[in-house]
Amino acid sequence: MPGKRSRKEEMMRAAQYPLDWLEERSGLIGGVKYFLFRKVPRDSGWWHTLGSATLTAFLVQLGTGVILAMYYKPNPNGAYESVQHITNDVTLGWLVRGMHKWGASVFIILIFFHMARVFLFGAYKYPRELNWIVGALLLPTALLEGFSGYLLPYDQTAYWATVVGININGTAPFLGPFLASFLRSGSEIGGDTLSRFYSLHMLLLPGAIIGLITLHLYLVVRLGVSSPPWSEEAAGRERDEAPAPRGAGLVSPAPRGAARRPADG
Amino acid sequence: MEPQPGQEKPHLPPPSLWPIGFAIGVVCILVGLIVSWPAAAVGVVLTVIFGFLWVRDVTTGYRRRDVGVEPGVGGPESATEGAPAIPADRGEAAMPPPERGETFSRNVFLEGATLGLGGVITGIVTVPILGFAIGPVFQHQHHEEIDLGPISNFKEGQYVVATFLSNASEGEISRRTAYIRNNGFLGTKPSFTAISNRCAHLGCPVQPNGPMFDVKKVEQHTKSGPVTLIPTLPAGGFGCPCHGGQYDQEGNRTAGPPVRALDRYEFYIRNGRLSLGKTYSVAHVDGAGANAKIQKYRLTGPGQHVDGVEQLLYPLQPPS
Repeated sequence: MPGKRSRKEEMMRAAQYPLDWLEERSGLIGGVKYFLFRKVPRDSGWWHTLGSATLTAFLVQLGTGVILAMYYKPNPNGAYESVQHITNDVTLGWLVRGMHKWGASVFIILIFFHMARVFLFGAYKYPRELNWIVGALLLPTALLEGFSGYLLPYDQTAYWATVVGININGTAPFLGPFLASFLRSGSEIGGDTLSRFYSLHMLLLPGAIIGLITLHLYLVVRLGVSSPPWSEEAAGRERDEAPAPRGAGLVSPAPRGAARRPADG
Repeated sequence: MEPQPGQEKPHLPPPSLWPIGFAIGVVCILVGLIVSWPAAAVGVVLTVIFGFLWVRDVTTGYRRRDVGVEPGVGGPESATEGAPAIPADRGEAAMPPPERGETFSRNVFLEGATLGLGGVITGIVTVPILGFAIGPVFQHQHHEEIDLGPISNFKEGQYVVATFLSNASEGEISRRTAYIRNNGFLGTKPSFTAISNRCAHLGCPVQPNGPMFDVKKVEQHTKSGPVTLIPTLPAGGFGCPCHGGQYDQEGNRTAGPPVRALDRYEFYIRNGRLSLGKTYSVAHVDGAGANAKIQKYRLTGPGQHVDGVEQLLYPLQPPS
């Protein structure tokens, strides 16, 4: 029934029109496709999902953290009460706080799993050394997130753990005392310490992590995913695969074997 | 053949005055929401009418060409033929070919000016911000003497746990503890031992190794705020709950990880009242009580050596 098919085609076009509109003006659809639908080695498997899992854990921290910040009060007289308020009074506050608290550990643990995978697979070797370095910067930034977030509940554990943590920084040779003074915002722990940690925890460090993750992913997309060490395909050898079908639509790929458009690429 | 994306001319909607009416309608709604409902209703009517007229105006080109096709589907592909081509005397094509020397010198100048000006602006903005962030490191903090009340509350030879606010305006966060013992008189001057409870390992609060006599607690309100005095008998000296550092009654380290003795407070006696001044660090105390010889150093953070070879690791201290 040709009439019906053309109707369906028209529907498809109508659905694709806004996407094509966006693509024509921004290239975003193509960009997202380029980012998501990459070729990966045939024998990559579950081990390669640890990085995305870490990213997911970070996104959970971002989401829950933004919501917690709506209720949290970073001043020494109100911080503890506001955390109790979040846990006991706010609807589902216990859940969001729990996700943020336990998610923090999950984030760090996944970072180490991901790092172990990359190390044991030798995926840090040429040409991916720079990505290892970016990851090595992400690790301490994430640990600092943990350190600065630990003070925020402002109970006895939080307070004394931070006292000890700051003083450990203070014992570093030469500049340690100044670093400790910077973290304390002066020679004594006080109200400024809490707001300083809060600012670091929710503005500076997350911003740094987002920037570093962007760089990390850029390098992953640029360099591709490495084969596992047991891969039987020799690294760097040309593979005789069928060439990618060309002439795909902007949004949905053309069916296999579709005729190429003459002027395309 | 379908036009390629790169070859398409931009489709410009025809000029239209209706958006102005649309905007007035939106403003009417927003003002009406605050002022009066009828005004908001008028705004809704205006917005709908002018919105319809605007959409009709903008979509004229599409509708004229693609009769029978769903609106919006025909898209830019079919509407491009009507758009005029960019004449050759405008845009990039109108630029004369660059003359070498002149062009480059101006380019270089503009590049340098942009970078230099940008650098200056960045510096002007960044320096005060950084100063704001790290300023407290290099500032002296204000220390007030802490009034602990009349010395008659301190029995000779007995340690007292004194808790007080080091800065009453900051509130509970500035609560500190000192272990104070009246040593009697040294000659004609009264002598006190005033030990800070900040562990010399990593700053946890050390506790007296012995009973605290809560029934003899003295609570008083001095000009430094609330002060509590609880007699104690630290027969086993002082111990830290965090990592097990141990000190004797003079504050000398006896076991565990601390690197020096407990810090002490300077003390003053004014009009028969005991008050505490600044804290200072102590490497070691020889002797005991009124006859103790204190190796005194300027206040240093916990875990930092004040004597021996290791003191070379901490040549500079931020002001306290």
